[in-house]
Amino acid sequence: MASLKEMRNRIGSVKATQKITKAMQMVAAAKLKRAQEQAENARPYATRMASVIANLAAGVGDDGPRLMTGTGADQKHLVVVATADKGLAGGFSTNVIRAARDHINSLIANGKTVEIVAVGRKSRDQLTRLFGDKVVKTFELSEHKTVGLHAAQPIAELLAEKFEADEADKVTLFYSQFKSVISQVPSSRQLAPAEVDVDASADAGALYEYEPSEEEILETLLPRNLTTQILAALLENQAGFFGAQMAAMDNATRNAGDLINSLTLQYNRKRQAQITTELIEIIAGAEAL
Amino acid sequence: MAGKLNFSLVAPEREIFAGSVDQVDAPGVEGDFGVLPGHAPFMTTLREGVVTVYDGAQRRRFDVKGGFADVNGEGLSILAEEASEIVEG
Repeated sequence: MASLKEMRNRIGSVKATQKITKAMQMVAAAKLKRAQEQAENARPYATRMASVIANLAAGVGDDGPRLMTGTGADQKHLVVVATADKGLAGGFSTNVIRAARDHINSLIANGKTVEIVAVGRKSRDQLTRLFGDKVVKTFELSEHKTVGLHAAQPIAELLAEKFEADEADKVTLFYSQFKSVISQVPSSRQLAPAEVDVDASADAGALYEYEPSEEEILETLLPRNLTTQILAALLENQAGFFGAQMAAMDNATRNAGDLINSLTLQYNRKRQAQITTELIEIIAGAEAL
Repeated sequence: MAGKLNFSLVAPEREIFAGSVDQVDAPGVEGDFGVLPGHAPFMTTLREGVVTVYDGAQRRRFDVKGGFADVNGEGLSILAEEASEIVEG
């Protein structure tokens, strides 16, 4: 049985931990608000981009640029897995990686060639352990102070390059969709060939005039769309990460509180027992005289 | 004049401007163009330059770097890679 002093120390250390988790929770909450705003602010651009592309796609048909129509094959898959750089956010990164892992395993089982691009340190660490040299490139987000276009651009450029160079037939992105503060859903999205949402077209069939030609517009627009989609996913990821971290830290704070309560109870009981023993000894000693 | 023109200027990070205006001038790759309410559907890429928004006696100017302009039945939207308002001094 631990001595009273040891127990006091233990309670002290749990209290210190609780202070840290509490602070982290509040920091995550503040950052979450900003990340959420950022994700929401980026949404109009993405939706408009989708509707413009849908408009264009309706007019171009099958002979559009490669990023839209694809290579026609389904052999070489490029899987992008975006997670957070840091931990202490519960199963946030693990959930995304698990979804990606299942997808990759089923692709491999079907005899496809798979290459992996890891975005975020957690994704890099775990995927290299799982799939080794299938991870062809990694990106770290912590190099950038904020998640913005400059973070999404290099990723998009690499993907477009690989796609154009015939090194990939399909590009899929795994990320965590931000549903709410307490719910982040691992999701995937096909980046290339571009999925065209026909319903997003504002007024399909309208007679458009194009300057320069439709093809040229599409050619510049599609890589940009790639960037936008990656940026949107990164922003959702960021918001989701802080949400997950907040929830995880809230749990930890509460656990620490429970632990402190039960330790304090034990400590008080033990102290009382000791006092009683000492009293008995004194009384017994006095009676003996 | 057929009412007002719905105009929105969005950058990837945020929406910079949204509202009804009288006229918008923008720098297209093949030449500057102006959009009035009721313009025919039209799409173009933009070069670096200045987008000018006219609303009544008011005039606001925005610096844009590359992007797209899409005019359709609902109005004009400009998707800029980068955009910022020029503060008149």
